[in-house]
Order: sequence, then C-alpha cells, then structure tokens
Amino acid sequence: MLKGTMAYFKGLKTTAKYLFKKPVTIQYPDVKRPVRERFRGRHELKRFANGLERCIGCSLCAAACPADAIYVVPGQNDPAKPLSPGERHAAVYEINMLRCIFCGYCEDACPTNAIVLEHQYELSFYDRRSSIYTKDMLLVQPEDGYGEVPPVLEQTGRQLNPPAQIDL
Amino acid sequence: MGLEEKAGDLGIVTTTLEGVVNWGRTNAMWPMLFGLACCAIEMMAAQASNYDMSRFGMELMRASPRQADLMIVAGRVSRKMAPVLRRLYDQMPEPKWVIAMGDCASCGGVYNNYAVVQGVDEVVPVDVYVAGCPPRPEALIDGILQLHQKVRGEKIDQRSADRSPIRVDETVAGHHRGALKPLG
Repeated sequence: MLKGTMAYFKGLKTTAKYLFKKPVTIQYPDVKRPVRERFRGRHELKRFANGLERCIGCSLCAAACPADAIYVVPGQNDPAKPLSPGERHAAVYEINMLRCIFCGYCEDACPTNAIVLEHQYELSFYDRRSSIYTKDMLLVQPEDGYGEVPPVLEQTGRQLNPPAQIDL
Repeated sequence: MGLEEKAGDLGIVTTTLEGVVNWGRTNAMWPMLFGLACCAIEMMAAQASNYDMSRFGMELMRASPRQADLMIVAGRVSRKMAPVLRRLYDQMPEPKWVIAMGDCASCGGVYNNYAVVQGVDEVVPVDVYVAGCPPRPEALIDGILQLHQKVRGEKIDQRSADRSPIRVDETVAGHHRGALKPLG
C-alpha cells in the first residue's frame, strides 16, 4: 500500500520537475523554426544578373524527375528580345507540387542551375488543380534578387556549370 | 452585431449560431489515430510536444472512428487498403473532414503504379491536400489551419448537401462493393 503510494509520488515528481521548465513547444503559426540551409522546399526558377531567365527549356529536369511532376514546353527565343541566353526558353514550365517528392534531382540535372529548391514548405491546397505551379509562380521576382549564385551551390562549394558561366 | 451598437458596451457579444457552431467545430476537431506510411511519423511529430497539435484543440488522436472528426490520411493507400479506408470514413459521425497528407495520399506521388490508389479522393471526399514527401509537421499544421479556415466559412446545413455519398461504381474500389456498403 505504502509502496504504491510512493510510486505515485515518484511519478508526480517527474511532472513537478517539468512544471517549472520552459516548454519546448514552438508556437508554429506565430514562431517559425528556421529550416536547415540545404532544406528542399518549393522550387524557384532563377535569373541571371541582367534579368534573363536561366531556364533554357531543355527539359532535362522533366527527364530526371522520378515522379513526372515537371512539364516543360520549349519555345524559340525572339533574337531581338530574348527571354533567356541562347536559342530557346521555356514557353511553359509547370510543376505539380502534389506529385513532386522534393528529391532535388531536377537541381542536379539542370545545366544552367535555373531550378533551385528553396525553403518554403507551406503547401496546402483545397483542390488538386491549384497544386500545379506555373512558370509565373515559380520564377523569382526582380525584388527577390537577380543573378545571385543559387544558395545551394554556395553551400556545396560547387562551380556553376559551363552554360551559366557564359559571359553575358 | 447590431445589438451592441444600440445598447452600448454591456459586455454582451452577439453572433450567429453558425459562427458559434463553426467555432466549436474548429476548436475541437479530433483526428483519427490512423497512419499508413512514413507520413504518419511526421503526423506523430506534429502531435508531440515540439509542435503540439493540442494547441488547436486536437487533444488526442482517437483510435475509434466513432469518436473522430478528422481523418488525416497519412501515407500511400494501396488498392487493398482503399475499402478499409472507406469503411473507416463511413463509420465516422458527421460532420467529418479529410486531409490528404503528403504526395501519395493526394495523388499517388512517386508511386504511379497499379498497386497504389492515385489520390485518396477517389475513395473519400478530401478537404485539404498537403504537399510534401513527407510534409514537415509545420506543413501539416498549416494544412489543418487551412481546413479551419474552410470550416469557418461553412453553413451548418451545407455538409449533408455537399457530402452525398460517393457513388461506389465510380470509385476505384468499385470491385469491393460488398465491403463498401454504407454502415449508416
């Protein structure tokens, strides 16, 4: 009987110990825990310093994608007003976020380092159609920095692949 | 809202019945203890003390569908699991909601093959799809908050009208018709 009662207090001791500790809970929607630097979240299509798109519409990302989440339709560049260096650009570039498994193979496959998996992870949708992100949604906006070396490359110490080193 | 303006600040709040009911529904939405694959690990993490879903009134996962309001389909649903999933859904009392957590539950994800249901919305009506493979606990909580937002805008009698039972013939699990009889 006494032993049973003591066991009860022994358990309560643990409770009491944590009663005066700071709670470990992160108040998520208000406080956001920073992700790791190489976290793979939502994709972004990067640009060169002069505003040209890095993506040249080669579809290598779509070929590398194990989940077939990427859809690319290349288009011819207008020589007078090119969207990207070289002959072609991506006329249509769509990623289905519900198919994508965020493996980063598209990053590896990209010859111009155009596609980078960034840190946004809050991706919830009311219907499946809205999970398809178009090129307008994926392309970085001017105010978010043109022509930075994609952060992933900085961390890994990798050099830009040859087409990206073309002196523009 | 008109009463306070006329009567001044009497410490009274008037609201609509709908507002109160939806407030209640969002703040005590108990999920079902139900994990199918690796997403379940993240679901457990969301429930554990670091993220603590009980901050949103999801005190505990109910092991019985009879006591659950929310089904979080965490993981890929194989064709054999589909009738089971439907039965669990039918056993939940109205009002009930479904979150398809992760790529596999939402649309099959990387498993584009004959063995996996290509999206759990073929079997049960889905309210919110959460992308990620698996989604972080924060991403799941974001999905739950999106669902709360949706529930707040619902009409009280809307649910029964929207949710006419899925015609079993149109679902993948049509072959298992025997197993899918509504349990009502």
